[in-house]
Amino acid sequence: MKRQYDMLVVGGGPGGAFAAKTAAEKGLSVCLVEKRPAIGTPVRCAEGIGKELLTDFLPPDPKWISTDIERAELVAPDGFSMLLEPSKAGNEVGYILDRKVFDRELVWKAAEAGTETYVKARATAPIMRNGAVAGAVIEQHGKKYEINADIVIAADGIESKFARWAGIDTTVPYKEIETCAQYLMTGLPIDSKRTTFYLGNEIAPAGYLWVFPKGDGTANVGIGIGGDKSGDGHRAKDYLDRFIAQKFPNGKTIELIIGGVSVCKPLASTVADNMMIVGDAARISDPITGGGIYNAMYTGRLAGQTAIAAIEAGDTSREALMPYDTTWRASKMGKAIERNYAIKEVFTRLNDEKLNSIVHSISKINLEHFSTLTLLKELMKANPSLLLELRHLRSVL
Amino acid sequence: MNLTMLNIRRDICGYCGACVSVCPEGALELIDAYLTVEDACINCGICEKICPLGALEVIKE
Ligand SMILES: Cc1cc2nc3c(=O)[nH]c(=O)nc-3n(C[C@H](O)[C@H](O)[C@H](O)COP(=O)(O)OP(=O)(O)OC[C@H]3O[C@@H](n4cnc5c(N)ncnc54)[C@H](O)[C@@H]3O)c2cc1C
Ligand code: SF4
Ligand code: SF4
Repeated sequence: MKRQYDMLVVGGGPGGAFAAKTAAEKGLSVCLVEKRPAIGTPVRCAEGIGKELLTDFLPPDPKWISTDIERAELVAPDGFSMLLEPSKAGNEVGYILDRKVFDRELVWKAAEAGTETYVKARATAPIMRNGAVAGAVIEQHGKKYEINADIVIAADGIESKFARWAGIDTTVPYKEIETCAQYLMTGLPIDSKRTTFYLGNEIAPAGYLWVFPKGDGTANVGIGIGGDKSGDGHRAKDYLDRFIAQKFPNGKTIELIIGGVSVCKPLASTVADNMMIVGDAARISDPITGGGIYNAMYTGRLAGQTAIAAIEAGDTSREALMPYDTTWRASKMGKAIERNYAIKEVFTRLNDEKLNSIVHSISKINLEHFSTLTLLKELMKANPSLLLELRHLRSVL
Repeated sequence: MNLTMLNIRRDICGYCGACVSVCPEGALELIDAYLTVEDACINCGICEKICPLGALEVIKE
């Protein structure tokens, strides 16, 4: 490890990997540290991503794609189920990835571009100079290293501490953490081209339960529930176990995955002098779906681009890095987060009766695109009584 | 004196980091495959509530 880099990236998930790759490709000296011994494990993800989102970043590769999804099923609290088949209209749906391979591939690409990568290497404190971040203390194999950098990227995921150490409050309000449990299961009688989403306050209060197929009768069967709904005897794992006992009594569990997804508003500011915060660390996963892979890659890449420009101009102050913050907020992704946050605020309060009526109305819509926006717009048309409930949302739609 | 403390059940914890994100005091830290709690903990019980597995318990002595 050198003592000085243009850019230091804390965290080797999709956000950190894309920041590092983007900057290293343009010739910046980049160091990436990951505290785990292996990139991508343990997995903390259901591994679903929209096709058009992924191809924005890299060509699909069978190496890290488990399944190609063609349709989605939505199951209402009353058991009524409906199919969404945008593929019938010629539109693409999504993939279920193999994140162990995917995440590793991304860091690999960052390394190929010239990033120095270190695993089992943890950032334990920022180096602060005149009140600004100037690098980080890295612990690896029992030794401490002081690594200076013109720009530090905090890409340290949901358990992010780096920005907090540097003085930014990153606390997720506990009502706005989706607490999640998932099993990778095999021996399931499922359609391998179809994802299924179960809604309902009995099944997954303030969240949903998912079955994302991974091929050959295997699937990620998982759940996220609102943090305020969780407690002794009714935790994410309790809900999931109950569902599985009823639905997949003969399925075999081969992996337990747990985690938290923030569905709060993003951090008020994702830049500081010499620092940018990307991905889950910036609290930018989608408040409705909980998806954050794309958001991490997008903000990672944007932070990399912003770093290149700032270092070229010799100014890495908060003002100089501000375009990162304003650009992602104004982007399609930023707008979607804002809109979906407002929608989430309404939806998590709906009782099962209302949820039933929503799913019944969606089933009458001919959906050609798979997005929460088109879904909602059509829903308003099909179920005018909902308009009243959702009237606050009119401004965001 | 602090009469309560946060107990981390290492046998249950799956080191996912969800609790770290909700701690208002920044008292928790995930060090790769184990979780630590610092003195800054005020025993508010928030982390205990949201843990997907129930690995945390505020113990009143
Ligand atoms: C149960 C579950 C299901 C999900 N399902 C989906 C889904 O289907 N689709 C989707 O798009 N998203 C999903 N997500 C969200 C998605 O996993 C995250 O949004 C995504 O991984 C964020 O990427 P990231 O790079 O920001 O952070 P991460 O992938 O979390 O990477 C952060 C990295 O930083 C490292 N790190 C942390 N602190 C330090 C430190 N001090 N020093 C060094 N390294 C450090 C961590 O070890 C980690 O490897 C799900 C999440 C969960 C929990
Ligand atoms: S939320 Fe629970 S399982 Fe996850 S790290 Fe904290 S104590 Fe461990
Ligand atoms: S009890 Fe409260 S202060 Fe203590 S670690 Fe848990 S969330 Fe933090």
